[in-house]
Amino acid sequence: MATHKILLTVNGSAREAQVESRLLLVHLLRESFRLTGTHIGCDTTHCGACTVLLDGQPVKSCTVLAVQAHGRDVETVEGLEHEGKLHPIQEGFWEKHGLQCGYCTPGMMMSGCALLARTKEPTDDDIREAISGNLCRCTGYVNIIQAIQYAAAKMRER
Amino acid sequence: MIPAGFDYHAPTTLSEAVALLSRYGDGAKVLSGGQSLLPLLKLRLGHAEHVVDIGRIPGLEYIKEDGGMLRIGGRTRESALERSELIRDRYPILYDTVRVIADPLVRNLATVGGNLAHGDPGNDHPATMLALDAQVVAVGPAGERVIPIGDFFVGLFTTALQPDEILTEIRIPTPPSRSGGAYAKLERKVGDYATAAAAAQVTLGANGTFDRVGLALTNAGPTPVRSAEAEDALVGKRPSDTAIADAARRVAEASSPTPDRRGSVEYKREMARVLAIRALKKAVERAGGQ
Repeated sequence: MATHKILLTVNGSAREAQVESRLLLVHLLRESFRLTGTHIGCDTTHCGACTVLLDGQPVKSCTVLAVQAHGRDVETVEGLEHEGKLHPIQEGFWEKHGLQCGYCTPGMMMSGCALLARTKEPTDDDIREAISGNLCRCTGYVNIIQAIQYAAAKMRER
Repeated sequence: MIPAGFDYHAPTTLSEAVALLSRYGDGAKVLSGGQSLLPLLKLRLGHAEHVVDIGRIPGLEYIKEDGGMLRIGGRTRESALERSELIRDRYPILYDTVRVIADPLVRNLATVGGNLAHGDPGNDHPATMLALDAQVVAVGPAGERVIPIGDFFVGLFTTALQPDEILTEIRIPTPPSRSGGAYAKLERKVGDYATAAAAAQVTLGANGTFDRVGLALTNAGPTPVRSAEAEDALVGKRPSDTAIADAARRVAEASSPTPDRRGSVEYKREMARVLAIRALKKAVERAGGQ
């Protein structure tokens, strides 16, 4: 089976890799690029722990081939923090106790970021809908919604 | 889970894609949004020696009204359908449907064409497209052909598409005035396949009786279920509770759901009946009827 050379942007940096056709984007990120902030949960397109932004849209990276990302822009949780300063959404999860075990958190934050890029003043229902493809088994979601609202408020102040 | 090895092709024209499919025949699979194909390959429930990714072919993503038809490009993302004002304003049945397909993350990649071409009776667009009397456009080595949706679903995971054909467009006749449609789905959680779901599209005549009725069910048999008997029972009648209940009973009786963790045959059939009533009533309301 032939391998493919791919070029893509990850968190603003140009990256390249030689990949097997069947390699999934999540494995490229975690194993080739050592960006292990993106988690693998269910591996069956349910849980959303592997959520990353592909050209700005949140997608489940366990259900995308790495080769499909050729020429495209990928953002992971590692790209949120900027010069040692937490992104408002990271700050929100900290301040509002939006996590317990933390497993779903990177995916939750990426889905939250995509929502906030689209909607400056989301309702709680907008947030519930935006994270409906991300499962959390600890928090009951209440604090996650508050965390995303915290980030929305913080981002409006800017 | 990692798929078994395959060769990946990323053609940039439709003719190149069709040529690849012709060359590899049954060994090839079309990758559109990948949200059904990749899970199948990962779980190794499906196998492909060649994956032909149509994601780099321009001109397959659009939503437009043209020549009395709504035309949806085969690779149009579900999220694009969901965000389209045209769909929200003029095709509420499609808006209802897209909102309950999988979850928002999946909808960012999943495509309308893929939802149909996969031939999964659990998918939500098939029933809706049956109710709307859609047509499917397929491009193969001999060129383009138009397949009426009624002839499209052949069996479980089997459609009228040949291995060397690509679904390029869905055409839906623009509904006349006093038309309305709705999709009602029962699911255990966001992202689940339907326990039962019903699609209804109706047109009312000047005297308030049904001129046309499209009524179909999701996940109620090996293929999506449409009942001409149930539809015919309504045509010419006023949208009374009795008439709607009678049609819903008929379509539910035409279903053959399989028992699983979502419920028994009896439960699913009963839910299909209830959802058919809800979809019909909502459709009538949206058509401006009582």
